Amino acid sequence: MHWINAVAIFIMIGSGWKIYNDDVIFGFLHFPDGVVIGKWAQYGLQWHFFGMWIFVLNGLAYFAYGIAGGRFRRKLFPISPREVFATVGDAVRFRLRHDDLTHYNAVQKVLYLGVMAVGVLIVLTGLCLWKPVQFSELADLFGSFQTVRLIHFLCMSAIVAFIAVHVTLAVLVPQSLVAMLTGGPAVDDAATSNKLASR
Amino acid sequence: MAKRISSLFRPQRPVDQGTLAEGRRLVEDINRRGILRGAVSLGALAMLTGCDVSENDSVQQALRAVSSWNDRVQAALFRPDHLAPTFAPSQVVKPPRFNAYYPIEDVKPVDGATWTLELSGRIADKRPWTAQRIYALPEQELIIRHICVEGWDYIGQWSGPNLRGFLERIGADLTAKYVYFICADDYTESIDMACALHPQTILATKYAGATIADPFGYPLRLRTSTKLGYKNAKWIKAIEVSNTFTETFWSKQGFNWFAGI
Repeated sequence: MHWINAVAIFIMIGSGWKIYNDDVIFGFLHFPDGVVIGKWAQYGLQWHFFGMWIFVLNGLAYFAYGIAGGRFRRKLFPISPREVFATVGDAVRFRLRHDDLTHYNAVQKVLYLGVMAVGVLIVLTGLCLWKPVQFSELADLFGSFQTVRLIHFLCMSAIVAFIAVHVTLAVLVPQSLVAMLTGGPAVDDAATSNKLASR
Repeated sequence: MAKRISSLFRPQRPVDQGTLAEGRRLVEDINRRGILRGAVSLGALAMLTGCDVSENDSVQQALRAVSSWNDRVQAALFRPDHLAPTFAPSQVVKPPRFNAYYPIEDVKPVDGATWTLELSGRIADKRPWTAQRIYALPEQELIIRHICVEGWDYIGQWSGPNLRGFLERIGADLTAKYVYFICADDYTESIDMACALHPQTILATKYAGATIADPFGYPLRLRTSTKLGYKNAKWIKAIEVSNTFTETFWSKQGFNWFAGI
């Protein structure tokens, strides 16, 4: 699911930048042709309205799995503010450790939950941009059409910032990538097998 | 110890730590070199402008198939009686913002005195209409938001005969699928019948209370609250009601046909 999402996000951001270029929100910001998806406006739009299906369907499956399977509850909660500060402190002193990959630290929990919330918001604002009349009740909650565009853009910016940190840290902690490819150590079983191995 | 099965995808047995240890160095190597190299070449690929995969025939075919699927989804999402938000006269932008496939200087004005609206297809009374007769029909005013596919929008005040009322008057088959517009500048556009029958779809003859100026579609244009800007055909010279789908000016070029909002 993670890698399907990665592909969907790649398509959505690249094509979104192409669509943005047709009517920029910030005069100083225009995405270069080299980083956008779609040479012409219609291609960017085609990719965006294709990618949305992958992003949304995969996202729904992920949320269903995370909530029903109890993964979110186990992995992302509880979050204690004190732990968040402690982790941030460790991070700025380069003392962050990932001895147990199956356990997220407090900052990870906050960021993962945050990016999920942004993911939901970008889909909702996307719906309001796509169908401002059919979903006018929802669009009204956000404000005018240009306000919705701005929120959609800011959500994209937040996701790009998240990806930058996320990818950097994943490369710095290569074991996490190993875990992603092998399915990771099984929570309970791994503890058992370690005990057995030390005997 | 009670075993908790949390995922269908998680292996039933623990990972063999020996293999993991052996493989770790290799995978780390892949991480360091491969990912860097991959990132660089992916970036390089993206830099190759003019080599856009969207133009590849099979890719374009697939993307257009998704676009057609999206047409069907949009038709299903359409709420026939749901009205778009309307605004106060004080919010109206004057003059409206120009949009066409060419710049405003290239607009060729239509002579209202000699202009006629031709009718064809599944219509009982196909006699052409003069501007004078159309302008004498009862008017409906709409103060609605125009949204362009590019992302800009403005609030406009349009008036003219309601399209549904007009279609009924000429005895059009309201069960037909499409209403097709042919314009004086060779632009073509079509809308689904559900949109044509929507209460906020009109044949506009006026903007902000005065006859529409040349660049905005004089003498007759479409204005609907439920489609993107480009669906609102200007300088209409013929209307056809049909069950046969015909590609339109922008849909031929890959823009979404339904373009509902």
